[in-house]
Amino acid sequence: MSEADFSMEAHTTDLTVGPVFSIPTKKLAMWLFIIGDTMTFAACLVAYGFVRNGTSDWPRPFHSITNVALMTFILLTSSLTMLLALQSARAGDKAGAFRWTMITAVAGILFALLHVREWMGLIHQGMTLFKNPWGTGLFGASFFSITGLHLTHVTCGVIALIVVGVRYRGGRYNADDIEVLGLYWHFVDLVWMFVVPFVYLLNLAH
Amino acid sequence: MPTAERKSDGIKNDLVVYVCLLALAGLQFVIAYQHIDASHMFLRMLAVAIVEAGLAVMFFMHLWTEKRGFVLFVLIFTIFVLLGMQFGWTDSFRMVSGAPFSK
Repeated sequence: MSEADFSMEAHTTDLTVGPVFSIPTKKLAMWLFIIGDTMTFAACLVAYGFVRNGTSDWPRPFHSITNVALMTFILLTSSLTMLLALQSARAGDKAGAFRWTMITAVAGILFALLHVREWMGLIHQGMTLFKNPWGTGLFGASFFSITGLHLTHVTCGVIALIVVGVRYRGGRYNADDIEVLGLYWHFVDLVWMFVVPFVYLLNLAH
Repeated sequence: MPTAERKSDGIKNDLVVYVCLLALAGLQFVIAYQHIDASHMFLRMLAVAIVEAGLAVMFFMHLWTEKRGFVLFVLIFTIFVLLGMQFGWTDSFRMVSGAPFSK
């Protein structure tokens, strides 16, 4: 065997190395995105905590928890419907997977509408990015930034749910794509678990 | 195990985790109405949120079914960076108490 053959063999071996952690590439990419996005939200929440801690006249404008409780319930339930979509897809039930994916999208739209309604209520009371009638203007900036970033994620998720759902039904995507999308949707739900206590519940008027 | 049976078992497990998450979310709302100071309230809410996040990551996102090396990669990297963000807190207390800048 010549030196060139050895070299060729080594090269071929390199090319046939399996995926990192034995995870499909799309799924690994989504996990890496989620890790990166975790840092983004964590940085926002840490910055919010910093200014809240360092400001003496931090407002507590929320009098009712009904809206945020309803939003939490809807988002948690949408995670369950996403899991049902994945299980249907894995079982080969195409119609069921499509139906659950669309139900998840509808829940996301409902969540976004409730969120916008809440924003409009606060804006109507005089709250903007830089000022509000209750205390430091930093409250509006941090509230709209964090909830706005989350709402953007929900909106992107709803669009992705519709696109992936329709393409899955058409046979262009498979159960793996539903799983990758599900990871993203559960992550959006996970972030909300931190936004609710820190941005809403810690600012309840007592 | 047949596919239908496996699917039914999976749904049962997911439902249990879903109910747990709902209960923990409800617990956060209960904590919000407790008459305790803000720092205690924050710590309790943080603890509940971490448990919720752990359940969601492990069971909804199925991290526990992945290779152990990947689980360690995600956990160690994420926790390390999150802890790395906690350096500035003492400065936020300085802001509110009006202490001078360090020389």
